[in-house]
Amino acid sequence: MTVLSRQSRLTGKEPGPIRNTLATGALPRFTELYVLLGALVIMGGAFLLMGFNLGGWLFLSAILYLVGIGALSAVVENRRKALDRIVRSLVVIAFLLAIAPLVSTLVTVTAKGIGELNWGFISQTGGAVFDPATLKVTITTGALQAIVGTLEITGMAALMSIPIGILTAIYLVEYARPGQWMARTVTFLVDVMTGIPSIVAGLFAFSLFALLVGPKAFSGFSASVALSVLMIPIVVRSCEEMLRLVPHDLREASFALGVSRFSTIVKIVLPTALAGIITGVMLAIARVIGETAPIFMAASFTDNFNANLFSGPMQTLPVLAYTGYKFPGQDIAASNASAWGAALLLVLIVVVLNIIARVIARIFAPKTR
Amino acid sequence: MSTSIRSRETGGPATEPATGGPTGARPPRGAGTVRVKSRPADRIFFGLSFGSAVAIMVILAAVALFLIIQAMPAILANWQSNPDLNEGPTSGFANFWSYVGPLIWGTLWASAIALVIGAPIAIGIALFISHYAPRRIAGVLGYLVDLLAAVPSIVFGLWGIIVIRPLLLPLTDWLSDNLGWIPIFAGAPSSTGSTILAGAVVLAVMILPIISSISREIFLQTPRLHEEAALALGATKWEMIRMAVFPYARSGIVSATLLGLGRALGETMAIALIISPSIGFSVKILTEGSNSQTIAANIALNFPIATSLQREALLGTGLMLFVISLAVNFVARGIVARSTPGRPKRTKRRAAPPDQGAPAGGAMIAGAAFAEPAAPETKGLQA
Repeated sequence: MTVLSRQSRLTGKEPGPIRNTLATGALPRFTELYVLLGALVIMGGAFLLMGFNLGGWLFLSAILYLVGIGALSAVVENRRKALDRIVRSLVVIAFLLAIAPLVSTLVTVTAKGIGELNWGFISQTGGAVFDPATLKVTITTGALQAIVGTLEITGMAALMSIPIGILTAIYLVEYARPGQWMARTVTFLVDVMTGIPSIVAGLFAFSLFALLVGPKAFSGFSASVALSVLMIPIVVRSCEEMLRLVPHDLREASFALGVSRFSTIVKIVLPTALAGIITGVMLAIARVIGETAPIFMAASFTDNFNANLFSGPMQTLPVLAYTGYKFPGQDIAASNASAWGAALLLVLIVVVLNIIARVIARIFAPKTR
Repeated sequence: MSTSIRSRETGGPATEPATGGPTGARPPRGAGTVRVKSRPADRIFFGLSFGSAVAIMVILAAVALFLIIQAMPAILANWQSNPDLNEGPTSGFANFWSYVGPLIWGTLWASAIALVIGAPIAIGIALFISHYAPRRIAGVLGYLVDLLAAVPSIVFGLWGIIVIRPLLLPLTDWLSDNLGWIPIFAGAPSSTGSTILAGAVVLAVMILPIISSISREIFLQTPRLHEEAALALGATKWEMIRMAVFPYARSGIVSATLLGLGRALGETMAIALIISPSIGFSVKILTEGSNSQTIAANIALNFPIATSLQREALLGTGLMLFVISLAVNFVARGIVARSTPGRPKRTKRRAAPPDQGAPAGGAMIAGAAFAEPAAPETKGLQA
């Protein structure tokens, strides 16, 4: 109705060639693009006069664009369509607002860390070395102690949480009856565990070992315990999903052949879900390898090389990045630089783990269907 | 499907009752405890998996228990007369509660700002991926957003120092000049940018992926017919979303936001690295030095320099954080569990193994219900 009356009004005003009735009352195709470019140019000009600022330019351009497209659409089309266009633009802007930090973070870390990342950084222990003879402190940058610590602590955490996680998932999917008290409780507790703040996990590990060992009970193993608390729920959730994806026909075929439950799970269900489980485990490792606070609480930090998981403070990459910034050594610039180097190394590890997980999922995924 | 159920009804109980089966054929007790022909390997394996499930309960209980045991001395101590508590980070407080009170306030305040900034954007992202982006690239775009969850928090913290602080300076100045009469913008604006606003912006970035991946999953579950009916009645896309998608997903959005809040509450490094805090009740978001401090950041900053009893005081604050985030998670999960319209497929799936969700002939439906959410599900796991 509105479209018709608007059209008749339009045609009444300017009698011209006969219009396509479906195309009237709508903005031409690339209007949004033109308005966007216009907004960027106008604001760019304004900012060039006042002094350029990337964030402000984009922000004000976006506002100008929203106002412009809304007004234009309200005049040519109608208010409902104007609102629709504004919301569409807002949604796109929201997405760009999520991508911008991702790109910005990766670019910043790469730019800051790439200069630091060389063979020496990876292969030598860094820190301040005090020479009693000359009374001089020489500072070497290196992350070997942190790399070893990260791998050992995360590896230990994985060793503890993967079996518990997978077995719990098997219990939930294969053994527990739906709606059973135990199954519901465990599912709920796993959900709750997902929400434990990472620093609380660190405090837990610290207080556990403080009670067991003594007040200065910093050790890599303690940090592994803290990471396990964070990792177990992630593993349980992903494995549970994967096991539930295994078609029930497979289990029934196996039972029908007289195969025991144990053999069915180990030989039929787990192999079928293996790709998904590995993916989930990889993502869980990628998730906890970047945890800073719990390791910082439980394993403290050190510049010394310590490969013994069970005694003494241990350094890890995220903690190196944190302490390098927050508690820098005498040479602040060098500390900050090694912080960025550690951060870049950490991001690289996480990205590689993610890619491996994706590749495994991609290669083996169709099998489960 | 029907044949498989029948086969289990007849042959099932003899060999394998534990899967449950249809209601009629369900054995009196569940879960392999009453196995007639169970071999040792079976029993050991069941014991192991049952033990793991129990272990999870034990771990969660232990987390609470050890924190309480270790924190008790500091909570009960007399803070005014105790020399140990009267120096360093814990000096100048009448008792534990006057120490933890401002910290709780700071934690809630920072998270609230992050939520105000982050939640609308996250819901916008979810809408973009579920309803606006071209189908073909929607998956890739969703993966990109999920990648945000994979970036370690320490990296976001460093990024916040380098990028966000200077980026927000013009805005801080402008807000202070023009809107300084509003209490939250009051006070002298920070010249370095170490404000709670900068911290909250970084927090907002960190909670984007968790809120958006859960909301996206729910938006995608909106019944297709509702959407098409709205469009057929002449609704624009936004009207369709407002009338068909949002009512369906409301409880899901609320719980996703609460889960994001849970994440923000416990986030440590971004706040610890960025803001320059003081312990006190403050709503100012543009100043430096009089920002409220959060529990997590306070622990991270003071733990290395704390003495034994001070450490126990910090553990006590950690216990409070644990309680708060537990409460938030309880509420969020409760909403998820109670909301029937929000995520019927999910709850049904959680409650019952695949084949039991639908009675005879439901194999196609059950299969479809599985195949579809599987992809977003696995992605959501990262978050």
